[in-house]
Amino acid sequence: MAEPMVLELRDAARHFDVSRPLLQRIVAREGRRTLRAVDGVSFSIPKGTTLSLVGESGCGKSTVARLVVGLYSPTRGEVIFDGMPLAEARADPTKRQRMQMIFQDPYASLNPRWRVRDIVAEPLRAFGLVQGREAQQKRVGELLAQVGLNPLDGEKFPHEFSGGQRQRISIARALSSNPEFLVCDEPTSALDVSVQAQILNLMLDLQKRLGLTYLFISHNLAVVRQVSDRVGVMYLGKLVELAPSETLFHTPRHPYTRALMEAIPDLEMTGRQRIPVGGEVPSPITPPPGCTFHPRCPLANDRCRVEVPAMLPARGTPETVVACHAVEEGRDGALSPPLG
Amino acid sequence: MSQTQSMGGQALLQVRNLRVEFPTRRGTLVALDDVSFDIHPGEVLGVVGESGAGKSMTGAAIIGLLEPPGRIAGGEIRLAGRRIDDLPYEELRRIRGRQIGAIFQDPLTTLNPLYTVGDQLVETITTHLPLNPAEARRRAVEWLEMVGIPAAAQRVDSYPHEFSGGMRQRVVIALALCAEPKLVVADEPTTALDVSIQAQVIALLKTLAREKGTAMMLVTHDMGVIAETADRVAVMYAGRVIEIGAVRDVVKHAAHPYSAGLMGSIPPISHRVERLEQIDGSMPRLSSIPPGCPYNPRCPRVFDRCRVERPELLPAKANRAACWLYAPGEEGRLHG
Repeated sequence: MAEPMVLELRDAARHFDVSRPLLQRIVAREGRRTLRAVDGVSFSIPKGTTLSLVGESGCGKSTVARLVVGLYSPTRGEVIFDGMPLAEARADPTKRQRMQMIFQDPYASLNPRWRVRDIVAEPLRAFGLVQGREAQQKRVGELLAQVGLNPLDGEKFPHEFSGGQRQRISIARALSSNPEFLVCDEPTSALDVSVQAQILNLMLDLQKRLGLTYLFISHNLAVVRQVSDRVGVMYLGKLVELAPSETLFHTPRHPYTRALMEAIPDLEMTGRQRIPVGGEVPSPITPPPGCTFHPRCPLANDRCRVEVPAMLPARGTPETVVACHAVEEGRDGALSPPLG
Repeated sequence: MSQTQSMGGQALLQVRNLRVEFPTRRGTLVALDDVSFDIHPGEVLGVVGESGAGKSMTGAAIIGLLEPPGRIAGGEIRLAGRRIDDLPYEELRRIRGRQIGAIFQDPLTTLNPLYTVGDQLVETITTHLPLNPAEARRRAVEWLEMVGIPAAAQRVDSYPHEFSGGMRQRVVIALALCAEPKLVVADEPTTALDVSIQAQVIALLKTLAREKGTAMMLVTHDMGVIAETADRVAVMYAGRVIEIGAVRDVVKHAAHPYSAGLMGSIPPISHRVERLEQIDGSMPRLSSIPPGCPYNPRCPRVFDRCRVERPELLPAKANRAACWLYAPGEEGRLHG
C-alpha cells in the first residue's frame, strides 16, 4: 500500500501575460507575449518525506512554491492538497492551517514593528487556535524553545536578531498552526554557511520529531542532497528529471542534471580543471522548440530540436523519470557512468 | 608553487598589520585588525569568511575605496614595493586604474548604462596604455573575444543592458583586465551568477591570471569557488586573518577550530552526512568583539589563555593559524 500523498501536482502550469500595452503592440505589429514560468509540472509528495526542486534562476521553482501554497492559481492543471483541490482546501481553515511557508529572506518576511511574540502568535490568532492571551504567550514560548530560541526572546523586535535567529523565528511562526506540510523557498540562501548548517539541522530534527512533509526549493545541490528524499530538477518551467535523491546524485541521467553537477565548485577536487556547460538559459518567453535544453545539450539531434520529450522511466535506473530523448534511445551511454 | 613562493621571492602585494577603523558616535569600531598577507605575481589568494568578517573591507582598503568614515588607521599596503596606502587621491587613482583592476559582485552597477561596452573599454585602454583610439578599439574587441563573448566585433557596440548577466560579468572582467593591471581584486565575482555560468567565469579568471601573470585577490564566501580557483587562502573572522595557508591544506586539514568548523558546516555534494557540523552562535558584532581570541565564546577547544590573550599567527600544521592551541607549551592540548 502506497503512503498517502500530502501534495500532488498534475500537469500544473502558470503563465504570465508580459505583453506590452495594447497601443504599443498595434504600432509594433506584435502579438501578446506569454511567459511560461511553469509549464506542465507533475509530482507528488508522500507524507513525512522531503521533495526538493532545484534549478537555476528563472527555471520556475519559486513559482511552483507559490502555486503550491495558493499565492498563484494554476493556469492549467491541478494542485491537490490532502486529496482535495487546493482552492477547496484553502477555503477550509482546518485544512489551510496544515500548510505553511518559510521564505528566503528573514529580513523581509518579519514585520519590523511587531514584537517576536506577536509575529509568532499571528497564525494562532488568525486560526483561533489558542484562546486567551496567557495561553497564547505560553504557546509562543514553547514554539520559540522548539526552534532553539529563548522563550524570553518574544519580547524583542526582529532587528535585535541575527539572520539565522530570524530564520528560526520564521520557522517558529510557520509551526505555530501545527502544520504537517511546509513549503520552504530557499530557506538558507540568505544565511552564512555555518548558520545554514544550524538551520538545516533544525529542519531535519523538526521533521523527525513532528513528522513534517517538506517541499524544499533551492538552487544549491549540496544542500538539497543533505535534506531530500526525492529531487526534481527544473529547467525553463519544466521538470526534466525526478528521482530518489541518492539515485539522482549517484547516477544523474538528464544531460542538464549532469551539467549542473559538473559545474558545482566543490571542496573535493582542489585545483581540478572542469568543463563548464556552454551557453546560458534561454528566455522563457521564447523557449526553443522541442526539448528546451537542446541548444546547450551535447547529445542533441534532430528529434530533440522538434519533439518535446515526455517524462519517462529511465533505462538502467527505472526509479528515475527523465524527459530526454537521448536517455530513452540509449544514446547517453558515452557520457553515462557504468550502471551497476 | 604557492608555499615556496610565498616564503621567498618578491611579493607583488604586501599587506602589513593593516588596521581599518570606523569612528562612530559611540566610539571607534575596529573593522580590520592586524591583517597581513602577501600575493605573488600569477598567484590567486582566496579570502573567505562569513558576512561581516572584513573580507570585502580588506579589498576596498587595497584599492583605496573605503567608504567614509572608514579609514586606514595603521599598517601599510605595498604594491611592487611601493607604499600605496598613504598616497594622495589623484596619484592613487592613476595606480588604481593602471596597476590594480577591480571586479565587483554586481555587473550591472559596475557598467555605465549610457555607453556601449566598446566605449567603456576604449576609454579605459586609452587612459592607461599608449594606444590611439583605433588601436584601442581593436584591443577592446580582442578582449571581448578573450573573455568568450561570441561575435565580439558586433557586440562591442552593444549597451550593457543588451547582455545577459553572465555576459555582463565577462565584460566587467575584460574591463578590469584590459589595462593589464598587475593585481586584480575580485570581490564575489561569481556570487550573482547561476552555477553553470559561475563555472565559466571561474575558469576564465583562472586562465587569465595564469596566462598574464596577474596576481589576484579573490574575495568570496563560497569555499567551493576558492577550492577550485585559489592557490592560497586566508580565512577571516571578526576583522582578522585567523588562518592562512595553501588551499589544499586549509580545506583538508584546517588548523584553526573556526576554519575546521567552517569546512565541516559546508554541505558536501559527494555524499549525504548524518548531521552537518554546526558552529553554534554567530560572529560577534564589531562593537562587541570579545577580548583575547575573538572566536573564544564559540570555540569548542577554548581554554583560559584564549579569553585574555590575543593569539598571533603561529605555525600550525602546514598553515599558519591564530590559535593558542599551536603555541609552544600547549602541544598536549592538540591531542587531548
